[in-house]
Amino acid sequence: MSSAHALAAATGRELAGHGLAAAGHGFLSPTGVEIAFLLVGLATLGAAVVTVTTKQLVHAALWLVVTLGGLAVEYLLLTAEFIAWVQVLIYVGSVVVLLLFGLMLTKAPIGRSPDADSGNRPAALAVAIAAAAALVWVVVDAFRTTWIDLDKGVQGATAVTGDSLFRHWVLPFEALSVLLLAALVGAIVLSRKRGGTSGDKSATNSGKEKR
Amino acid sequence: MNDVLDVALRLLALLLAFLVLPLVVGQTEHKVMAHMQGRLGPMYAGGFHGWAQLVADGVKFAQKEDVVPAGADRRIFQLAPAVALLPYLLVLVAIPIGPAEGAVGQFVDAGIFFVLAVMGVGVLGSLMAGWASANKFSLLGGLRTAAQLMAYELPMLLTAASVAMAAGTVSLPGILDAFEWWWVPWQIVGGVVFFTAGLAELQRPPFDAPVADSEIIFGAYTEYTGLRFALFLLAEYAGIVILCGLTTVLFLGGWHGPFADDLGWLWTLLKTAVLAFVVIWLRVTYPRLREDQLQRFAWTCLIPLSLAQIALTGVVKVVIS
Repeated sequence: MSSAHALAAATGRELAGHGLAAAGHGFLSPTGVEIAFLLVGLATLGAAVVTVTTKQLVHAALWLVVTLGGLAVEYLLLTAEFIAWVQVLIYVGSVVVLLLFGLMLTKAPIGRSPDADSGNRPAALAVAIAAAAALVWVVVDAFRTTWIDLDKGVQGATAVTGDSLFRHWVLPFEALSVLLLAALVGAIVLSRKRGGTSGDKSATNSGKEKR
Repeated sequence: MNDVLDVALRLLALLLAFLVLPLVVGQTEHKVMAHMQGRLGPMYAGGFHGWAQLVADGVKFAQKEDVVPAGADRRIFQLAPAVALLPYLLVLVAIPIGPAEGAVGQFVDAGIFFVLAVMGVGVLGSLMAGWASANKFSLLGGLRTAAQLMAYELPMLLTAASVAMAAGTVSLPGILDAFEWWWVPWQIVGGVVFFTAGLAELQRPPFDAPVADSEIIFGAYTEYTGLRFALFLLAEYAGIVILCGLTTVLFLGGWHGPFADDLGWLWTLLKTAVLAFVVIWLRVTYPRLREDQLQRFAWTCLIPLSLAQIALTGVVKVVIS
């Protein structure tokens, strides 16, 4: 958590250093964008709550689409256009499709599935609240006085994002890509059936085809 | 006030294009398929060579009863056609048609990501339809759709990334501004992969296993009737227009051509139309790929090809800069 804090703080300083902090911004005179940001945020929160409380499995996945889409809209309102579209591409377009695929392959009854509850509600709630509190604290602490000046052009444009990603954050980026590669290799190793005897040969082949 | 008028006019033009172009492609498909198979196709509706056949079809669809199966998940079943259709309308906003500054519905900075992301959302409509129909065939169709999307989204993204590398930008008008004629041979492999993967994402023959009529009736759309069914069909043809338009913009130079300053929009439309003809041609000529052949083709053929294209793009880019 402390490293995340440091990162967020550094980003905040960087934003401030680039002169993005518009001084003297009134806290109690919100602009249209800020109101929209709040409203979309509330809708996203509502969709997220429904996602984890609904008893219908596929509905939960579809509410997750609404939640992730709402997050993308928030990114757009913060002028981070590139991040917003990547969010839609990766999460809505791929992760949720993968989720739905898994649900359909295993068990996706129409209607309620009361047995889907695991009985870990209190623990999950505690973890969720702790994580949310930590994130909110980190973000508030890092960006407290930073305002994005919407009239000064797009600060989250693709070029700006690419610049900061490959100039200042290239090491974390590369570390992440190595991590993902390791995960990929691990998945392949796990999905490969062990053996080598002739009896397992057909199983190995079908495993290969699935990939 | 002028701005409002400008936006309204743009939206109207886009809506008009969205409603007309898919119908034109559909009618062309009727006639081209018929002639390739030694038939005449529609000849009566509207008088001249059956030009109004699809209008008549639309009227027929609108008159049919809108049936929702008793066991279906009602709301999702009814929502699915909209989810399938609307993304294509959104994508149309970002495709530039001419060289002028205002010849695009809305300038999108991260254009490539925008179009690919929103196109991917359209597939959710098929998944929702497949699940909510409470029908085994529909569920199978939905499963096949999902598997196909996951396999073919990757080569599409990789080849689009190759073009973005070549142009040094991810905005669609920016790519066209940077275009040179020798990009066509340079990026040709990427173009073929992009077009093929796009066909698979639209579930067009020969990649139409998700809607294979002889195996699973009509896949995710089996239970649909009336207007909602028509919306799914419209989504398919709108998808053809979008895919051909995107391939034109990314790989064939869009509005570039002789007299591009005046006739740029015509070049875009012409190239798009030729590609749409190829889509129809493939439907008539190729048999359907089996499900495992589909997967193997994507993972062992298209993805290595697109990676090779990216490597080639990188090498050439470094050499010439």
